Amino acid sequence: MLTFTIRRLILSIPTLLFISLVIFLLLQLAPGDPMAQVPLTVPPEVKEKMREALGLGQPIHVQYWKWIVQFFWIEPQVLFDHWFGTSFAEGKQRVISWQTRSPVMDIVVQRIPQTLWVVGLSYVVGILIALPIGIYSAYRQYSVFDQTGTFITMIGFSIPPFFTGPLLIVVFSVQLGWFPSIYDTTHVVTDWASFKIQFMQMIMPVMVLALQTTAQLSRYMRSSMLDNLGQDYVRTARAKGLKEGAVVMVHVLRNSMIPVITVIALGVPSIFGGAIITENVFKVNGIGQLLLTALFANDIPMVMTLTFIFAILIVLFNLIADVLYGVLDPRIRYD
Amino acid sequence: MTDQSAADPYAALQDKEPPKAPRSQWKDVWDQFKHHKGALFGGGFLVFITLAVILGPYIWQVDPQKLDIRNKDMRPIYVALWDGSAKTGWFRPLGTDNLGRDILANLIAGGRASMAVGWAAMVLALLIGTSVGVVSGYFKKADFWLMRFTDLVLSLPILPLLLVAVTLFREPLRANFGPEGGMFILIVSVVGLTSWMQTARIVRGDILALKEREFILAARSIGTTSGAIIRRHLLPNVISPIMVSATLGLATAIITESALSFLGVGFPSDFPTWGKLLADSVQRMEQYPERVILPGILISLTVLGVNYLGDGLRDALDPRIRGR
Repeated sequence: MLTFTIRRLILSIPTLLFISLVIFLLLQLAPGDPMAQVPLTVPPEVKEKMREALGLGQPIHVQYWKWIVQFFWIEPQVLFDHWFGTSFAEGKQRVISWQTRSPVMDIVVQRIPQTLWVVGLSYVVGILIALPIGIYSAYRQYSVFDQTGTFITMIGFSIPPFFTGPLLIVVFSVQLGWFPSIYDTTHVVTDWASFKIQFMQMIMPVMVLALQTTAQLSRYMRSSMLDNLGQDYVRTARAKGLKEGAVVMVHVLRNSMIPVITVIALGVPSIFGGAIITENVFKVNGIGQLLLTALFANDIPMVMTLTFIFAILIVLFNLIADVLYGVLDPRIRYD
Repeated sequence: MTDQSAADPYAALQDKEPPKAPRSQWKDVWDQFKHHKGALFGGGFLVFITLAVILGPYIWQVDPQKLDIRNKDMRPIYVALWDGSAKTGWFRPLGTDNLGRDILANLIAGGRASMAVGWAAMVLALLIGTSVGVVSGYFKKADFWLMRFTDLVLSLPILPLLLVAVTLFREPLRANFGPEGGMFILIVSVVGLTSWMQTARIVRGDILALKEREFILAARSIGTTSGAIIRRHLLPNVISPIMVSATLGLATAIITESALSFLGVGFPSDFPTWGKLLADSVQRMEQYPERVILPGILISLTVLGVNYLGDGLRDALDPRIRGR
């Protein structure tokens, strides 16, 4: 198992390099000019100097190499310095945002907690709702609960978040006035009252994202449970007099969780992607919203870094899913 | 041989009743499909909405772009049921927007754009996915690299890349093909190019299993060329997974297009699509909730219908489930 993990880790390096190259070339091909905002009175030779200061004068492969060095070598050093108080990265060129002229990673680090709170919590909530629904609908297949559950998950699967978001805002913020429609990220939780405000403002974005997760996961859970409920070992377990609860909740559930857990791991990156829309609807200033503003402002280093962070998430969670599958299912041996 | 004498010793072997007409595969599929209520509804709704957006402009002949400032901000006719003072009128059954453009006409025009993008992107994704899948399943030499390539594309962050591609390539395509045409080409190609991977994997798996079967060996032994084997023998056998992933592809393409429009990187502002109509109305949805809800419901119902259709097709096309 360890050799498999190491092999996968090594294989993921060329994958990530390829992805970074694709993103880089895409951004290079793009016609946007970062100097477009500079006033026309600035003479062309000064503009050329400014362009060089942004690192744009060099050939493409040099730019790509510099970006790789900055991202994979200097940024980790900065992180290391930050943790241990050393000064490896002193005076080295970091990835600089063209919008704010400050290091990209500093801004990303400021924005990530908001995204993680909303996205992570919604994922947990979605899983907690989806699993019981899936288990019970499989156990009572074709019952009223199963039929309605399947119907509701199908609806949750089909309604896009940019529709549920405004819909919830109209119903719960405008008509009923229960929750705020805008997520206030400057809010600090100090006592019970402020925690309550934080809780209220998180309900709607979390629920919008959780609906998508729930819809997908409960379908997987149901079909996985159905596959296992018909197996011989279930009959054996019942025949030897085990309680029904033990049969379903221990024997069947543990076996059905194997594919579901990999699906949960695989779904993490896509929920980050979905968060771009939800963040936009509820005005959460997380990394999805950061990506959008950077795109509109033609801030290429920022876009490049953020897109690449999304790619790292995908590759990482694919790897986690593969490894988990091998760890959980003793029938699967990669070596 | 066919002598029907009473003493015929072979009488027991002959059919007592005339043989039934042979049943085709597609009749079986239809019989199974009929039992899936959701799929029937979904397919029916998809046909209805497609016909509505195609024929709609000929029946409701109002120009969706026509500004009518005197009749701006009208409410839909049903609002008059509970609010007699609301500004309604039968000549604008679903109301008008803040510039007096007719919402019904806009919904029809927007549906045209959304459905066209959805269908075109789906067909593109299917073409790429099927060809990659067939080539990679049939030709051993291509398999390794094509599948590595598919894995790589699968690990690309799709939505961020879509946003990047659409924002950055908008201008040159607009200059070459006009604002609407350029955007249509761009959105269809980026959605198509980023959603073919599942189809390719499924088709490859099926082709790998099929090409070891005897009928392929027989075809090859009489000298059928690879191209003819693929066209005559393999493709008809993988049509069912392709159809199922086609429905899923249509649903994702419609949602992706609407999401891009919603985030403000879709079609130009005067060109309605469902996602754009929804996004433009979010600002004033407190006063005019119907402008958000109507396009939203249309998107959701279409996608729901397509998903149910896919569910039913999967059941109907799987011979192991069929007949149960």
